[in-house]
Amino acid sequence: MGIISSGFHGKRRTGNPALPPGQYETGSFPVLTAGPAPYVSPADWEFFITTETGQHRTWSWDDLMALPQADIRSDIHCVTSWSKLGTSWRGVSLDTLFEDVETTSEFTTAHSYGGYTTNVPLQDLLDGQAWVAWEFDGEPLERAHGGPARLLIPHLYFWKSAKWINGLELMPHDVPGFWESNGYHIYGDPWREERYS
Amino acid sequence: MSTLWRVADVVSGVPETESSRTIGLRVDGLNGNLAGQHIDIRLTADDGYTAVRSYSVATAGMDEILEITVDELANGEVSPYLVRDLMVGDQLEIRGPVGGWFVWRPTDPNPVQLIAGGSGIVPLMSMIRAHEASENPSPFRLLYSLKSPESGFYREELLTLGQESPKLAVDYFYTRKVPEGWPTTPKRLTAETLLASILPTDAAPDIFICGQTVFVETVTEWLVEAGYPAASIKTERFGGTGGIR
Ligand SMILES: Cc1cc2nc3c(=O)[nH]c(=O)nc-3n(C[C@H](O)[C@H](O)[C@H](O)COP(=O)(O)OP(=O)(O)OC[C@H]3O[C@@H](n4cnc5c(N)ncnc54)[C@H](O)[C@@H]3O)c2cc1C
Repeated sequence: MGIISSGFHGKRRTGNPALPPGQYETGSFPVLTAGPAPYVSPADWEFFITTETGQHRTWSWDDLMALPQADIRSDIHCVTSWSKLGTSWRGVSLDTLFEDVETTSEFTTAHSYGGYTTNVPLQDLLDGQAWVAWEFDGEPLERAHGGPARLLIPHLYFWKSAKWINGLELMPHDVPGFWESNGYHIYGDPWREERYS
Repeated sequence: MSTLWRVADVVSGVPETESSRTIGLRVDGLNGNLAGQHIDIRLTADDGYTAVRSYSVATAGMDEILEITVDELANGEVSPYLVRDLMVGDQLEIRGPVGGWFVWRPTDPNPVQLIAGGSGIVPLMSMIRAHEASENPSPFRLLYSLKSPESGFYREELLTLGQESPKLAVDYFYTRKVPEGWPTTPKRLTAETLLASILPTDAAPDIFICGQTVFVETVTEWLVEAGYPAASIKTERFGGTGGIR
């Protein structure tokens, strides 16, 4: 046990087993971004997957809409300690987008409009674990929250769910992204409190 | 290293305003901090329950002592304890300093515009102090938006620096109550007033904005619309939950 702070009792708002350690539940949806939110209209939006052999696939907004859509209900956990339980989203599973992609790489770098990057192991994106999400709570995703589309990887801290997603680059090695190069954990499992590097 | 919890001794506690306090912490083996970084503080109750919150470091570059300034939030879990109950001689645990993005380094060549809302002044003050202590001659300008004169942090120091430092300009903006003899009445910050009080786009400043989430979002939008390149703007938001839809 750590140093006891005499007279500190705390509010014990974290008794909920759905909350990872050190997280508290919020009903609102905080916005946290490294800089200004980029403007990307669906007409200009594009999603790519690039492999180590140079195979480059792209999807336009209309391409994305034409794919099978998934409804996702999940808890999300931000590294700044808030969690939002039971959020609902709509989007396209990365299993769908990876169907025709041949790769031996185990890692990816997610690239966003505005230059943000984050690294995610490929196995964390597949098997129904991750989506390109464009609807939140029945409404088109707001720009402040990554609209027109963001990654949604609920089992990792939310900085991995890159807003304004533009594409995924397959990587032979794990290369730290933006926050990972700035003191945050390379992987980011909320249940293990992998906050900082 | 920064993931380890370390014991800090509380070496000072000085009221900053009616609702806030500057707390000095000594951490053995601490090698100073970069201007703009924050630490995490962990409090433990006698049955083992813990609470963790982030606080920006207000000072910069000192060896084993750093200072934070905590503003008490009504009904908050941690800040009332830090502002009211923690005593000199107590110990607590810290992690960090962390952060390599919202930081200013004395080797940064560009002019700097700082924009603070309320307690968002804290990491910006650290940058001002680091800049004053350095040989870096680039101009700094601070716009500090406040409810009232009484709620200002570091009042004497900013007043003195604003008058005496050749490389810092300080502009205050009051939203609820102005000081006696102030030329305007209190009002909401607008894009126009903001833009009139900061370094112009052609000065190509690096811009640091810090405050509650809504303040940061609003100001950032105005700046981008006014033509400041998005890449020149860095933001830090204090509101884990504050003021969101
Ligand atoms: C990088 C960073 C740097 C920061 N630097 C500073 C700094 O220099 N100075 C500073 O003063 N602050 C700073 N903060 C903010 C600080 O971390 C705390 O958020 C702040 O002190 C409030 O903590 P608290 O425990 O007192 O309030 P909390 O208990 O977290 O409450 C915050 C507000 O949310 C409400 N609330 C929270 N949980 C619930 C709930 N379950 N139900 C209902 N209401 C709830 C409370 O009533 C209160 O109004 C910083 C934050 C970050 C992320």
